[in-house]
Amino acid sequence: MSTTNPLARIGYAVALPLVLFTLWWVASAGSESFFWPPLSDILAAFPDTWFGERITTDVLPSIARLLIGYLLALALGVALGIPIGLYRRVRAFAEPTLEFFRAIPPPVLVPVIALFAGYTGSTSKIVTIVIGCLWPILLNTVEGVRAVDEVLVDTAKVYHLSTRSTLVHVVLRGASPQIAAGARQALSIGVILMVISELFGANRGLGASIVQFQRSFAIPEMWTGIIVLGLLGVLLSVIFRLVETRALAWYRGVRDANRGA
Amino acid sequence: MTETTPETRAQRRANDVVLDVRGLQKTYTGQGRSVEAIRDLTFSVPRGQLLCIVGPSGAGKTTLLRCIAGLLDVTEGEIVLDGQTVTEPPRGMAVVFQEYGRSLFPWMTVRQNVERPLIERGVPKEDRNQIVSEALDAVGLADSGDAHPWQLSGGMQQRVAIARAVAYEPQVLIMDEPFAAVDAQTRAELEDLVRALWKRLGVTVLFVTHDIDESVYLGERILVLSNRPTVILEDVEVDLPAERDQLETRSAPRFAELRGHVYELIQRAKEGHRPDHAPAGY
Repeated sequence: MSTTNPLARIGYAVALPLVLFTLWWVASAGSESFFWPPLSDILAAFPDTWFGERITTDVLPSIARLLIGYLLALALGVALGIPIGLYRRVRAFAEPTLEFFRAIPPPVLVPVIALFAGYTGSTSKIVTIVIGCLWPILLNTVEGVRAVDEVLVDTAKVYHLSTRSTLVHVVLRGASPQIAAGARQALSIGVILMVISELFGANRGLGASIVQFQRSFAIPEMWTGIIVLGLLGVLLSVIFRLVETRALAWYRGVRDANRGA
Repeated sequence: MTETTPETRAQRRANDVVLDVRGLQKTYTGQGRSVEAIRDLTFSVPRGQLLCIVGPSGAGKTTLLRCIAGLLDVTEGEIVLDGQTVTEPPRGMAVVFQEYGRSLFPWMTVRQNVERPLIERGVPKEDRNQIVSEALDAVGLADSGDAHPWQLSGGMQQRVAIARAVAYEPQVLIMDEPFAAVDAQTRAELEDLVRALWKRLGVTVLFVTHDIDESVYLGERILVLSNRPTVILEDVEVDLPAERDQLETRSAPRFAELRGHVYELIQRAKEGHRPDHAPAGY
């Protein structure tokens, strides 16, 4: 984006949502359909549905599980991805197995995980999120580590950087743009799995609430839940971008410099 | 001043060899194919010499440097630095790579790039600050310490790499075609910078280049390499005055003679000429 004026940027960011919101409002204004209530009804149901105790009993626990699972997957994916990316033998050893597990859609695993970890507790849900988020982070870390410039690695050797420094200051930093790309993919997978993990058995949580509204024909409330999910996604991606902008400022600099040359 | 001129130094150091390459041979093997890159190289470098290594492209110049820098295993022979056989990157050696854009850490500032090797060596913070400032000052980048490498021009980036090498205080400084990718004017400035630093620090410099003029202008001695598999074609002594000047030196008759001689050697190397005792590949 070339525009640097913050007001203009906010303007660009909210213009399309405003248009869609207006269209929804107008199109649903006189709706008699049970499943497509007017947006005004949905918004009217919003405060009662979400600003009561449901925040602490459903929304926050769901978000907490998402964050715990996501951060665990991030730590695990990077920790496993570095040795796999660094050593050809480890890669030859691990890669076929990774491809196998990666091909299994995580939702399929939910009932299996629940068998071992229980349907109602948080453990099975967190495990589901970890398993789903792990693959994009792990595979991108492997690729990122493999792609670290060999001249940089030689430089680290010549100037006797310690193993720890080489890992932290060369390998990890060098792979960070690719790790960030994997982490971004994993974030949206995490939100999806947060919902899906709550669908089995009697549950509480953001996703479970939406399904319960649907089953009890509380249609406006169901729609509010979907809006909450969407807003959560926007919030998470904004936070993600803030972190990424800080950590990868150098990467954008290099890219812009190469483009200018 | 006379104390530090290369001539007087040359006499004193005659027996003081810092780097000894003995019967070096390097063959790359892989996929059932083997390529003999270096046939047989034997030479020694007295402490404090500025040695240029030239050869036709593909002469295994970079292979030789990577072996000396301990980044590549040798097939046969031995490389001895300060009495120690090189098997991994030696402590007293710094390298300036050809690809300056790829050898500076882009996520570090210029200062951090120069400082990092010193941190690893455990130099105390105050000493570090002073060494880094002096090194940046010496290459004319005193004001660019807080910039990132990619904010600088190519020539300035290579200055950062030189500052990093200088701050490391090496016995031997290896430079692998360091100015191949910068423009002619910057190149002349950087050549004079290398000469100036070499004189001031008394460091031994191995300067690889494919540029014949550059090798004559910079070097006290030039090793001319053959085409692959590499042997030494000739060991040329550069008997130009110690004080070099881009205009004066380059227009001196002796410069033209040496340049012509090395040029001829390289031309013959390209045509496949080799010394009698080392026939070309089989």
